[in-house]
Amino acid sequence: MALTEKDVRYVAKLSRLEVTDEETTRYTQQLSSILTYIEQLNALDTKDVEPLSHVLDLKNVFREDVVTPSLTQAQVLSNAPEPQSGHFKVPKIM
Amino acid sequence: MELFELTLHEAAERLRSKAVSSVDLTKACLARIQAVDPKVQAFLTVTGDQALQAAQAADARRAKGETGSLLGMPIALKDNHCTEGVKTTCASKILYNFIPPYNATVVEKLNAAGAVSVGKTNMDEFAMGSSTETSAFQKTHNPWDLDRVPGGSSGGSAAAVSAGEAYASLGSDTGGSIRQPASLCGIVGLKPTYGRVSRYGVIAFASSLDQIGPFGKDVEDCGLMLGAIAGQDPRDSTSAPMAVPDYVAEMKKPLKGLRIGVPKEFFPAEGLDPEVKASVLKAVEDLKAQGAEVKDVSLPHAPYGLAAYYILAPSEASSNLARYDGVRFGLRVSGENIVDMYSKTRAAGFGPEVKRRIMLGTYALSSGYYDAYYLKALKVRRLLKQDYDKAFEQVDVIATPTAPTPAFKIGDKTDDPLAMYLADVFTISINIAGVPGLSLPCGFSKSGLPIGLQLIGRPFEEGTIFRAAWHYEQSQDWHNRRPKL
Repeated sequence: MALTEKDVRYVAKLSRLEVTDEETTRYTQQLSSILTYIEQLNALDTKDVEPLSHVLDLKNVFREDVVTPSLTQAQVLSNAPEPQSGHFKVPKIM
Repeated sequence: MELFELTLHEAAERLRSKAVSSVDLTKACLARIQAVDPKVQAFLTVTGDQALQAAQAADARRAKGETGSLLGMPIALKDNHCTEGVKTTCASKILYNFIPPYNATVVEKLNAAGAVSVGKTNMDEFAMGSSTETSAFQKTHNPWDLDRVPGGSSGGSAAAVSAGEAYASLGSDTGGSIRQPASLCGIVGLKPTYGRVSRYGVIAFASSLDQIGPFGKDVEDCGLMLGAIAGQDPRDSTSAPMAVPDYVAEMKKPLKGLRIGVPKEFFPAEGLDPEVKASVLKAVEDLKAQGAEVKDVSLPHAPYGLAAYYILAPSEASSNLARYDGVRFGLRVSGENIVDMYSKTRAAGFGPEVKRRIMLGTYALSSGYYDAYYLKALKVRRLLKQDYDKAFEQVDVIATPTAPTPAFKIGDKTDDPLAMYLADVFTISINIAGVPGLSLPCGFSKSGLPIGLQLIGRPFEEGTIFRAAWHYEQSQDWHNRRPKL
């Protein structure tokens, strides 16, 4: 099942990645060939196989609901591209 | 022999006997970096001043009676490990100026042991690659042949140890990114069992596959490093509550009776270099001569590992890399509105391989495709785990080639993503099953390039893998060779 350029533009939009026309063409071709390779998994009968998301038998790893020291506001803002009054300034959202 | 040519345990002996100080060792590594790194390009950041300060502090601790093997030992860290106050980039433009306000757990543990970090090493961008060529900043060159790749994604960490720029280093392995560079650079590299080492503070690529692990000049060095970084961490809820054994003691226990499995699926008729095949099979014979029992085993779903990986890893990556949006840290490219800012920032900040994998993952997880791709891959994951569990009923360790070829030339595979992915064909199923795997040298090609033997073990049986590896290593001379730089 090959990808179309329309698929790639859609996926790029979902991933919040701006792509040029040239990139769209190139990625369509490269991603299609990767997806074709991946299709060999269809040869495997997995009808009665349970998915395995996690290899360790760990469940519900909880901690006590206790406040412990974490980062200061200054530390959190230390890498901010546009800090302002203790906030992260960004362009308009709505 | 030059100071930088010693193994970590040899250097530790000299520190204990006061023949050298940590400052001596650190100066030796920094001088070596200055001499060869212009050619090798293993380092993105060299922390010379901090290293000398840490070395002095370590010497002071030793003067008060501390004796640990890592006390005062110069090491290097892959640049996806958060180091407080020291730039951490993942070799990506999107993190070009990121200075973490905290240390990764493994960094804290090494600091507590008194290790001295000489710098942050180059890698494939966000750990996505098998040659260190997708780094946004520089290419790293294999110390055995500067025209060739060191492997990836932990190519800088592997090259640094191979070139004598550090006594040991840390890397990360999601599909082979420690073992394959170890194989190509002629050193030892271990991917521990998933959950053996805390992932806290190591920048995530694929959370169900990533593991942090050591590189060393020999098996004992790797064992010493693993002992220092392993253990449960409350800040990583996927870390396992198993006790950490004395790996050096474990590896020196007798070999006799150890059962080694050779899986036919890892010796295909095509795609495996004949010199690699010959070296690996000879190594298995050598282990047999030393008292191991050798059996044929089968891992029937292993050939599907690469396909399953290229759904699982990109899917997880598409989620993990969503945080790089220009809001709180890293690169920001302005836009008309928030979404425009995200899209322009990510377009400018990520390289093509990262973009390919984000899009692949987004597609595989998107509505209408989730069952066909991601869910299917999770089922294949169970089949692979079952294959390994079944094989480990018959044997204790599985032996395979690490990489299908020795190091390839820089630029050879960069035009064809799929050709590059095939470099990990033998390492990848180990990550999917979550089992531990190690690579160590088992020979050299006629052209003088290192060849690696991969040893795979049961979950949390790194000691058993080390045992097979150490006995094999000691019966040969490969670990004494050093590249001529």
